[in-house]
Amino acid sequence: MELLIALLGGTLRISTPILLAALGETIIERAGILNLGIEGTLLLSAFSGFVVAQLSGSLWLGLGAAVLTGVLLGLLMGFLSVTLKLNQHVAGLGITLLASGLALYAFRLLYGGSSTPPALEGSFTQFQPLHGTPLGPLFRQYGLTYLALLLVPLTGWLLTRTAFGLRLRAVGENPEAADIAGVNVAAVRYRALALGGALMGLAGAFLSLAQLGAFAHGMVSGRGWVAIALVIFGHWQPSKVLGGALLFGFLQALQLRLQAEGVNLPYEALLALPYLVTILILALTGRNTAYPKALLKPYYREGA
Amino acid sequence: MPKRCLSALILLLALGLAHAQPLKVFGAFATAIEEPWDGVIHTALLNEEAAGRIAYEFVDDIGYAGDMERILRDVAEEEAPAVVFGDAFGNEEAVRRVAGDYPDIAFVFGSGLSPSEPNLSVFDNWIHEPAYLSGLIAGSVSQSGVIGVVAGNPVPEVNRIVNAFKVGATEANADARVLVTFINSWFDPPAAKESALAQIDAGADVLFAERFGVIEAAQENGLLAFGNMSDQNSLAPETVVTGPVWDMAPTVDYVLSQVEGGTYTALDLKDFSMMAKGGASLAPFHGFSKTLPPELIERVQTRQDEIKNGLYRVPILEEAP
Repeated sequence: MELLIALLGGTLRISTPILLAALGETIIERAGILNLGIEGTLLLSAFSGFVVAQLSGSLWLGLGAAVLTGVLLGLLMGFLSVTLKLNQHVAGLGITLLASGLALYAFRLLYGGSSTPPALEGSFTQFQPLHGTPLGPLFRQYGLTYLALLLVPLTGWLLTRTAFGLRLRAVGENPEAADIAGVNVAAVRYRALALGGALMGLAGAFLSLAQLGAFAHGMVSGRGWVAIALVIFGHWQPSKVLGGALLFGFLQALQLRLQAEGVNLPYEALLALPYLVTILILALTGRNTAYPKALLKPYYREGA
Repeated sequence: MPKRCLSALILLLALGLAHAQPLKVFGAFATAIEEPWDGVIHTALLNEEAAGRIAYEFVDDIGYAGDMERILRDVAEEEAPAVVFGDAFGNEEAVRRVAGDYPDIAFVFGSGLSPSEPNLSVFDNWIHEPAYLSGLIAGSVSQSGVIGVVAGNPVPEVNRIVNAFKVGATEANADARVLVTFINSWFDPPAAKESALAQIDAGADVLFAERFGVIEAAQENGLLAFGNMSDQNSLAPETVVTGPVWDMAPTVDYVLSQVEGGTYTALDLKDFSMMAKGGASLAPFHGFSKTLPPELIERVQTRQDEIKNGLYRVPILEEAP
């Protein structure tokens, strides 16, 4: 029982950055944009959050800087894919390359190529509401984890219950119809990118300001790509995205514990477990996937 | 007369300059220099540059997608350095192809394979000796008898560090259980931290951080940890006891002296990364020199002297632990 509680606690920690990033990507894709800038956005946000927190001595300013970085990179994606109508794959990968390169370059300027990752004096601490009880390890989480869980219903509400959400989905499904109904397609897509970018910024901040309290240039390690898979896995619905993130986090936490306990299985099999299950479920459920109809399509106004 | 004086002076100056002309050295690294392995090589070269012995330039983050060969060829053609240092892992064939085409340049690369005549020398981080000493301490200070090791990938150079650490731990405590987790990445500190937390849940009270991220987990839980590659005490002075340290200075110094003397030849430079020649060491104990039991420090000191004097050989075990 004790081990199970610890396992679930680990699940939440591992899921948090992926969940935040995947929620951001969900909002963006529902507006018809595939943002492959996600991986670089996570890294540059983690970096800017770390630097600002270190220079200002305020974790909250760092958090703000990370969110702002996410928003700005989202707007850049908007400029490339909405205003210039570039191919979204190319624009997104370009942003990832740019943001990753920028983070490494600035890191080198500021920290002189140190091979020991610089650490913060103090990072965000964990809440321990049920400390001392059997459930303690499960609830020993960073505030951003609780925020991420709260953002799941909020994102769902935003997308399905608000006028902005309706416009956003209309733009992602049928921009022509939305345009005729008087919706400014470009403006809605820009807003979706900014909002989704803010969530990616939170994900980056979680890595550098909470989970590790330090910055290392390779610290994102593909979490952005996993988030993209989770959006498909979750059929562009926040609650299902949460399910996917928790499943992935659970399998990851489980395989680490199996390795630690010395279970007699090749470690490669354990490491592959989360990815194998993700692929399996995608293969089983992905066939009747209803992706946003206008995804990847730049909107050209007829007659314009 | 003054004219002759002047020309003599110019001649002397020219001779002096020719003599002081630093060797042209190039660094070619597959990863960013922030990655600790390549960082160790880079640091040693920077120190030689600061000492005025070499003129140093480098390219890093070259990756494993075929750019290494192009970059090495460009450098050989346009810069014609005397020596190229770098890491060949994952680019072994490319490095060897280029080295074969430029026999007048000394190629000195980190590699798990053998040297190649006439000009390709290999080195590696042979820090299993201080890893063994770290294990000796870890086995002695662990109360639970469960020790966690979080490592990158099970390649021979990592395996021999982890295995040597295990040998030390079980020598200190025959009943010690050593948990080993691989994160399958060289650089994913959040995953390494989570692995360490899983080991703590499984009872580990001392952790060996082959990778970054583990020390943070130990610190958060008030446990002891061992660093790797460099002296990492400053990361968490109350947490990091010591750890194996790799220093490329002896290797670099030896290669430069051979090139300067015109006696360079392809070699396996392994010994220069081991304790006897100062290429490997145990990080200073810092505050722990007062808190560790004096008899333990003495035991480690004795073993260290035996290793350095060639009286004790730490086993080299390269199979996955």
